[in-house]
Amino acid sequence: MSLESNDPAKNGALGHLKVLDLTHHIAGPFCTKLLADFGAEVIKVERPGSGDPARRFGPFPGDVPHPEKSGIFLYLNTNKRGVTLNLKSPAGLNLARDLARQADIVVESFRPGVLACLGLDYETLSKENPRLVVVSISNFGQTGPYRDYRATEIVEQAMGGLMYTTGLNQREPLKEALAQGQYWAGALAAAATLTSVVGGRMTGQGDHVDVSIQECIASGLQSTIMWYSFMGVERRRQARAAGGLNYMFPCKDGYVVPMVGGGQSWEVFANCLETEELLAPQFATQIDRLKNAEELNNLLVNRFRDSSKHEIFHRGQEWGMQFGLVQSPADLAACPQLESRDFWRTMDHPEAGKIGLPGPLFRMSASPWQLRRPAPTLGQHNEEVYCGRLGYSREDLAVLARTEVI
Amino acid sequence: MEAVDGVARVRPLPLAGIRILEPGQNLAVPLGTRLLADMGAEIIKIESPTKIENGRTLYYPDDNPGKRHWNQGAFYHEASRNKLGLAIDLNTVEGKDLFKELVKTADVVAENFTPRVMKNFGLEYETLRAIRPDIIMLSNTGFGSTGPWANYKAMGMTLEPISGLSHFTGYLGGMPMRTAIAYTDSPAAMVNAFAILAALEFRSRTGQGQWIDLSMYELGASLISEAVMDYFMNGRTGGRMGNREPLLAPQGCYRCTGRDQWVAVSVENEPQWVSLCRVIGRPELAADPLFSNAVARKKHHDELDVIIQEWTGSRDHYEAMHRLQEAGIPAGAVLTNKEMLLDPHLFARGFFQEVQHPADQEVGRRLHPGAAWKIESASPGIRNAAPSLGQDNQSVLTALLGITAERIRGLEGAGILGDAPRRQERPRVRGVEELSAAGSIWPPDPGYKLVLQERGGSRKEQPLSPPTAAPEKKQSTNGASKARNMSSEPRQV
Repeated sequence: MSLESNDPAKNGALGHLKVLDLTHHIAGPFCTKLLADFGAEVIKVERPGSGDPARRFGPFPGDVPHPEKSGIFLYLNTNKRGVTLNLKSPAGLNLARDLARQADIVVESFRPGVLACLGLDYETLSKENPRLVVVSISNFGQTGPYRDYRATEIVEQAMGGLMYTTGLNQREPLKEALAQGQYWAGALAAAATLTSVVGGRMTGQGDHVDVSIQECIASGLQSTIMWYSFMGVERRRQARAAGGLNYMFPCKDGYVVPMVGGGQSWEVFANCLETEELLAPQFATQIDRLKNAEELNNLLVNRFRDSSKHEIFHRGQEWGMQFGLVQSPADLAACPQLESRDFWRTMDHPEAGKIGLPGPLFRMSASPWQLRRPAPTLGQHNEEVYCGRLGYSREDLAVLARTEVI
Repeated sequence: MEAVDGVARVRPLPLAGIRILEPGQNLAVPLGTRLLADMGAEIIKIESPTKIENGRTLYYPDDNPGKRHWNQGAFYHEASRNKLGLAIDLNTVEGKDLFKELVKTADVVAENFTPRVMKNFGLEYETLRAIRPDIIMLSNTGFGSTGPWANYKAMGMTLEPISGLSHFTGYLGGMPMRTAIAYTDSPAAMVNAFAILAALEFRSRTGQGQWIDLSMYELGASLISEAVMDYFMNGRTGGRMGNREPLLAPQGCYRCTGRDQWVAVSVENEPQWVSLCRVIGRPELAADPLFSNAVARKKHHDELDVIIQEWTGSRDHYEAMHRLQEAGIPAGAVLTNKEMLLDPHLFARGFFQEVQHPADQEVGRRLHPGAAWKIESASPGIRNAAPSLGQDNQSVLTALLGITAERIRGLEGAGILGDAPRRQERPRVRGVEELSAAGSIWPPDPGYKLVLQERGGSRKEQPLSPPTAAPEKKQSTNGASKARNMSSEPRQV
């Protein structure tokens, strides 16, 4: 077991693990990012020429597309080493098998069945490496009638049960921001990977893990499913966009969420907001407030109209109420809480330059999250990996490149 | 299952032998440890015998709170199956001592109180580490354990907008919106599970434990990383696009024939666009300059929506999905909770599992979501329903700490242990009536049990999970008996 340093903390929690990363897009790379960010050695395999399609997704500085400057690629691929490899060529597949022989974990996100065609499936690889854990991430799982169905994020959220309950009753269902299902799947796949690694320590044997993005979403619905199996009710969306407590109210500069609760009473709420009218008898109990919702709504709209969302948020919190607010990326970038926790970091990338990005997904006191290396440029570590690990010479690399193997 | 010398052997679940104490409540930590419980870890919940968590009060079976309403909540059941349950009053000296004794036998402590709570109990990491040097502790908080907002109150409904997610969720030109769930708790649970396992791996290499500090705010902000990086790179804050996205055209959610029935359709590239035109019976559109490439299609997206709607509007959402998928186009029926339970693919995958709840819970047999992922070596699933409050007080405390039955009765008498919340308020049923008034549900389906029996197109019953013990015997299958064989030493690896 060779580690980069003698200081256990410097190698991170997972510094003893070697990962062969055959994933692309978002879900798979987020899984291997979690492993890499916490110390695992991750070798990311990309197709020669174009690389991971996420290199085309952006955002790009100045909106000028460049394969080394795609924001989402840079974020998802921190701490990984990158090689190019042509998995459509038999010689390339041989190299992949050589790399897999040295790995503890292989993570892949091909369409189900592809890995077996490539001779890189668990059954084949585990013959030579019985402790290997192979993690397959796919839209709908490795089996089942929809196994080969195609999906983008909106399709996953639709089939995963999250979308039907998001939005307004009288309008179409809404997709939650950006790529949530794929991030969930990446996080769950990372937990699944380590589950089998930990399990493998006891038995000396690896495993094949089957992660379905649909099932990841379905696992996070927080009793929505049970509303039917316990009560026979189908859950809908929201009756109205606004106009009640616990909804979002427009402020001078955005939206605030004035939640009553957190152990505090209506009286405290009224005093906190310095709004005597809230103490009127028609708002005294919860039933009253529901009955007079429109009047209450107008009162609060007027109250917040000229206030800043941050001022209301902090005021509520200082009074012990669980107020919230709608923050934009600008708010996040300027947030004193995130600042005090040193959450925003800077990646120094050879082509993209200094890029700000989110930092630690969580803190570990003895083996902290580290940004040891930026996202790799395409084929950046071909020499380190093919020469250093597999014993090829530089001349060999040139031959492999000319014959379109790497 | 593997065959060795022709004999089929079932491997133990991967996390068998790992013990986690969970003084957690509701979602972020319980959902996380549930993932580990499903994979064989022994999770010992530690709840208060005075005041029950919110989850235990939500969604009674058929709106019936039963005789012991605190054991009936569906919200709680989904999160805590496969776990053992203790109810110990941590506000008492004896209660704290019991907790500390349990820490000696545990690999991990996972909690999601606000930061000052464990400190006030005198059970923060430094104290626990003095008791067991290699203990791993996970603290899941709203805003993190440090910083000016550390003791601010947080919940899923507020963290979703605070983290930046709601800024990007909503109808085109409309207000920010939220999902129907305590959104950030779900990914937090998944990352909690990962963090615990990472700490276990570190310990197996170095022998050291540690403290994990997870802020759901920071996690939420990470889930919109591409948008934040757009701000850092270009100063753009972006906003709500409804169901559209910059790189996909067309994309949207289209009405189908049934009640509030929709299909999501997404076109990633030119070949899919051409196929879409063919499938919806408008092949000439593929050559129409108005839609000649993704840029043009985004410009004329409103017109495209009308055209696609014309086709989906006369079809069932499943039919629309299948026709489009046959042509290689990403499409998905927008499924209700009921449709998820009846879906043929999820049925074939065995994703939902029927659980026979023990008699004292008055829940009966219900379908639950099963394990979140599959493994080849074993069949993780639901072995036991979530524990009734304090269900395993006697068996676990006897097995792990050698406490006699007599002493346990004394502790119960003094209110340090319990199985019924001392503040035994009458249950507030938040079921059909209240949810209907709020517009959150369709009228209930009185024949729903029969409907669920029809899953998979036959009335054949689902495979049962292994039967749970009768309440009097209190033999926890994955807990106390195993615990007897375990020392309090770290797992040998």
